[in-house]
Amino acid sequence: MDNPTESQEAYKKYVDKKSPNSPILKNCFNAFWVGGLICTIGQIIFNICQERQMDTTTSSTIVSIILIGISAFLTGLNIFNKIGKFAGAGSLVPITGFANSIVSPAMEYKSEGYVMGVGSKMFTVAGPVLVFGISASIIVGIVYLIFNTQAITLV
Amino acid sequence: MEKVGKQTIKFNAPPTILECSTIVGPKEGQGPLAKYFDQCLTDEFWGEETWEKAESKIVKETINSVINKSGVATADIDYCFAGDLLNQCISSSFAVRDSNMPFFGVFGACSTFVEGMSLAAILTESVANNVLCATSSHFCSAEKQFRFPLELGNQRPPTSQWTVTGSGAAIISKNGKGPYITHITTGKIVDKGISDANNMGAAMTPAFIDTLTTHFADTGRKPSYYDLILSGDLGYVGKDIAIDLAKTNGYNIKSNYNDCGVLIFDKNAQDTHSGGSGCACCGSVFSGYIFNQLKTGKLKKVLLIATGALMNSMSVQQGETIPGIAHAISIEV
Amino acid sequence: MNINWANVFDIMSLVKCFVVGGIICIIGQILIDKTKLTPARILVLFVTLGAVLGGLGIYQYLVDFAGCGATVPLTGFGNNLAKGAIEGVSQSGLLGAFTGGVKASAGGIASAVLFGYLASLIAKPKMKKQ
Repeated sequence: MDNPTESQEAYKKYVDKKSPNSPILKNCFNAFWVGGLICTIGQIIFNICQERQMDTTTSSTIVSIILIGISAFLTGLNIFNKIGKFAGAGSLVPITGFANSIVSPAMEYKSEGYVMGVGSKMFTVAGPVLVFGISASIIVGIVYLIFNTQAITLV
Repeated sequence: MEKVGKQTIKFNAPPTILECSTIVGPKEGQGPLAKYFDQCLTDEFWGEETWEKAESKIVKETINSVINKSGVATADIDYCFAGDLLNQCISSSFAVRDSNMPFFGVFGACSTFVEGMSLAAILTESVANNVLCATSSHFCSAEKQFRFPLELGNQRPPTSQWTVTGSGAAIISKNGKGPYITHITTGKIVDKGISDANNMGAAMTPAFIDTLTTHFADTGRKPSYYDLILSGDLGYVGKDIAIDLAKTNGYNIKSNYNDCGVLIFDKNAQDTHSGGSGCACCGSVFSGYIFNQLKTGKLKKVLLIATGALMNSMSVQQGETIPGIAHAISIEV
Repeated sequence: MNINWANVFDIMSLVKCFVVGGIICIIGQILIDKTKLTPARILVLFVTLGAVLGGLGIYQYLVDFAGCGATVPLTGFGNNLAKGAIEGVSQSGLLGAFTGGVKASAGGIASAVLFGYLASLIAKPKMKKQ
């Protein structure tokens, strides 16, 4: 048998072989139905808003706020991390994951005070989402300004 | 005291491990070793406001407990070695600040307990009569510092390990009836290029193998000399790799080797993935379980090799690989 | 105001939403398990991808098809930012590129900040039992 610690490359390969893999099929199944369910709850709220004669933008915003509220509430009750452990990307990828990633550090860093703890650490996980999302949107806007003076999109 | 081989010290008048004590958290208290621990807490906060304060309190109470059990007066403790995982070792120094003991803060990540015992053994051979060693870790404070907020809904990969909440403390004395520390083998830093902070076992195992083989080479002993070879916190993944690598180095340790991270939790019932980790993993399993087995004569010769991953959260973000270290002490009745 | 509950629980729209939302989450799960990306990186990836697809006008087709199945995942958040920026540009030129995106997603961001602060006032983190 070769000695796997001879080079770093060989050891890395050897460790990859030795390390157990995530149960990807089970994880994907759970992510699918939990993620789908969260979106469906959103759709029901959206449909109710539509029935109340609200426009699409307002309805979408209401859906976001309600889902974020529920997610914050469940995080505060120490329940969301259990859902997240079970569903993985199923609760992370919907807007609920964004809310959880803001609420959880806010709770965690409360012990460092409300200004430098809650106030600044609130964005340790979600900050990059805003940085990259907002930057990308501005770039999209500028590109649109340059290439599309008519109101048609690139496609 | 004399140096044998490259990295090993042999004690001519071996110091005694006079007494050990350990306090652990609730999850450890539900594990298979619960009955060996001096105290199992029911609440991770233990009435404190923050995780960090709770960890410090655990260390303080463990130190008090080991002093009470040993019957040595606090004034007769010549030195204290302690360390933990929190930045600048605050759990240890805050725990010791009111105790009036001369204090050495030590850091060896999860190898701290054996690092402290090694230094204590050296001191007892020269000037000291009683030296206290302590170490601690806390799941919640470690998650907060090294990983994510507790309430974040993330999944832990199957190679990840569970930081043990608790503290272990031991008093090493010049005179006593054993168990004796007969040899110490101080490890070198070994880095085989693993950068995945969720696979610490694999990152530390090469250091374990390096210290293990050096110990055998220096002392001329074989694995079969020991009733038990015990690593600190390699976990299931690391244990598997360790047996494999020892074999490629010509040592068969399959029958008498185990790992504290494997022993402390019930993998399936407690969902701890690759097992326990943290300073308290080795600290509590040795102070609770192994010390009891030595005292009752069920184990007579134990080689304890605590392993540490010498990284912090910043070095991981900067893409640095994880250097490992392992310190060995040979304990015989 | 009367609500027509048959419209609210329109089976076709809910099934499309469920399937598309679920598939987007599966993509995220495969990334988590196969690439060892941290949650923050996954979220960044999805929001940026959504903004780019939104800017190209592609994402709107998915929104038209699946409704909340496309808008609730973070790609929808990115799409919303990009769509807002484009609308801003149409209305007020260059300035709109800066104000449009945040304006369109202000509700989500502001509510997450407020709820985060409120939760920190009331709740305390607890040990994971498992």
